[in-house]
Amino acid sequence: MAFAIELFGQGVANGLMYSLVALGFVLIYKATDAINFAQGEFVMIAGIVISALASAAYEFPLWLALFAGLIFMVVFNIALERVVLRPLIGRPIVAIIMATIGLAFILRGIGPMVFGAAPRGLKLPIEDFPIIIGPFFFTPIQLLGAGISIIFLVIFGWFFLKTRKGIAMRAVADSHQVSGAMGINVERYFALAWVMAGIVAMLGGVLWGSASGVDTQLALVGLKVFPVVILGGLDSIIGVIVGGIIIGVAEALAAGFIDPYVGGGTKDFTPYVLMIIMLMIRPYGLLGRKLIERI
Amino acid sequence: MYYRESGYYKTDYKSDMSLYPLPISRFAAFSLLVLFFLAAPVVMNEYYLTLLSLVAIATVGALGLNILLGYAGQLSIGHAAFMSVGAYTAANLATKFDLPFLITLPAGGLMAAAIGIVVGVPSLRIKGVYLAIATLAAQFIIEWIINHSPEISGGAQASIEVPRPTLLGEKLESPVELYYFLLIVAVIAVIATQNLIRSRIGRAFVAIRDQDIAAEIIGISVFKYKLYAFAISSFYAGVTGVLYTYYLGIASYEQFQLGVSIDYLAMVIIGGLGSILGSVFGAFFISLLPIAIRLFMESVGSIFVEPDVLAQSISQLRQILFGVLIIVFLIVEPDGLNRLWINIRNYFRVWPFSH
Repeated sequence: MAFAIELFGQGVANGLMYSLVALGFVLIYKATDAINFAQGEFVMIAGIVISALASAAYEFPLWLALFAGLIFMVVFNIALERVVLRPLIGRPIVAIIMATIGLAFILRGIGPMVFGAAPRGLKLPIEDFPIIIGPFFFTPIQLLGAGISIIFLVIFGWFFLKTRKGIAMRAVADSHQVSGAMGINVERYFALAWVMAGIVAMLGGVLWGSASGVDTQLALVGLKVFPVVILGGLDSIIGVIVGGIIIGVAEALAAGFIDPYVGGGTKDFTPYVLMIIMLMIRPYGLLGRKLIERI
Repeated sequence: MYYRESGYYKTDYKSDMSLYPLPISRFAAFSLLVLFFLAAPVVMNEYYLTLLSLVAIATVGALGLNILLGYAGQLSIGHAAFMSVGAYTAANLATKFDLPFLITLPAGGLMAAAIGIVVGVPSLRIKGVYLAIATLAAQFIIEWIINHSPEISGGAQASIEVPRPTLLGEKLESPVELYYFLLIVAVIAVIATQNLIRSRIGRAFVAIRDQDIAAEIIGISVFKYKLYAFAISSFYAGVTGVLYTYYLGIASYEQFQLGVSIDYLAMVIIGGLGSILGSVFGAFFISLLPIAIRLFMESVGSIFVEPDVLAQSISQLRQILFGVLIIVFLIVEPDGLNRLWINIRNYFRVWPFSH
């Protein structure tokens, strides 16, 4: 039982870090109705840029590397929205999905090509020793990650609910045409959504990069995004937290209890099984907006 | 010899319903057959023939995905998983029961179709994004199940060696024999698809793609035809998997991972959605792209960079170029290579006049 509690704690901490990555996906879907299959690659490229700048080759101090990474992601995502996504507005969903898949390929190629393919560490100025809270046992990076995730989820939740820009963004998501007619600059809000996703991806890149090292494998964290968002609901920020924690816990428990019997690999498999079950019962997720269309 | 429709009168039902109504298209189809069946094996060496064999295999798979995505409008990111189902079915039948190739080929296809129906069942309730994610899940789950059940995947390496295919008592061993065989299968697949699309089923697919509610109202059972689409598409995928397995001589799940599904999606999109010729174009394009890049880099790139840097940057460059091509086609020419071909054809149709 102690083992289960232990796994539960690990799962919650990892799950909150998944939430942070999934948040980028939800922000884009909420505002632009686009599905971003490259969220994991955003995280990867942010991690690669920051770790490369902080490494011996460039010798940036950490704060400057982080800042440069942030600027890079903002500029990159503005350009991306302008060049790739804007011409695809109003096109079928498969076009946008394929465009982001193409983008994922480009990022996976460019990252290693420019900064080298060798794995790098990303050292944050925090201690290495484990922290024990009650029955739980965390590494400092997990606590930091969980904390940052919660902070940003709260900030974005507040942004969408209370601020003028957030309300405008929800209006844009609801109907591009009507919000345009009401005087909202739809394209600017599209760009804003992508920029916010870029910022979240940069945070994800730093956290996941320092937790598990930086190379192209970092992009695989993006594959956890889909179970998280389907479980929580594609357009719900609170759903991201719920989904992230469920997926994190399920994954940790599966790895701890089922792996010994089947020989490993359930960590990647369980989230997708949960997701399929959810798609069968409630396709719009636990907290997502219910759009009914019946035939 | 320009492409013109005028001047050809159809005087009986047979000519009205023929697959290639115009003499020019009959001539084109016939000369392509001559080219690939007679000229190619004579002119090309074995290396190029193996490339063409790969294209033939990819054509079958791309046709399958185009039926699902281009005609029926159902997005699937799990195409490679159905290939692996076909591949392992055939490999197990061939090694455990010693069944001949002519049985394992359709068996692999049928097994994939059965799994495809199971995956397709949610398609009534979910569509668009959700369907994409559901098929992505199917890709992972099928891959995991195959990889983790030794009864299917044949032990720790998750790969099964299959014997060379025998056809009419003749063992297909040389690249030329394999090429002929694969080409025949690809031609059958093309003709079957052409006929499928103009049948009741094909028309129903198109109706569902364009407006599923309207399709239901005019009496098409949307659920039934969506399942048909998944079954047929998966059948093609399964056959592709079987062909690929026999071509390589080994069934291995590594040949059917997510990246392959995306390759096929790229084929269908770059080739042209909802177009048979487009599927063939796409299969050629995506199959030969890595080879073209490698040739280009080895000849031109070695001037600029060191050979060892070059070796690793080729795969990265391939990914970048691949992504750029997908995006450029989506933005600039959403109807793909097929549209380019039609534009060229239409230009010459009225040539030398502009209208």
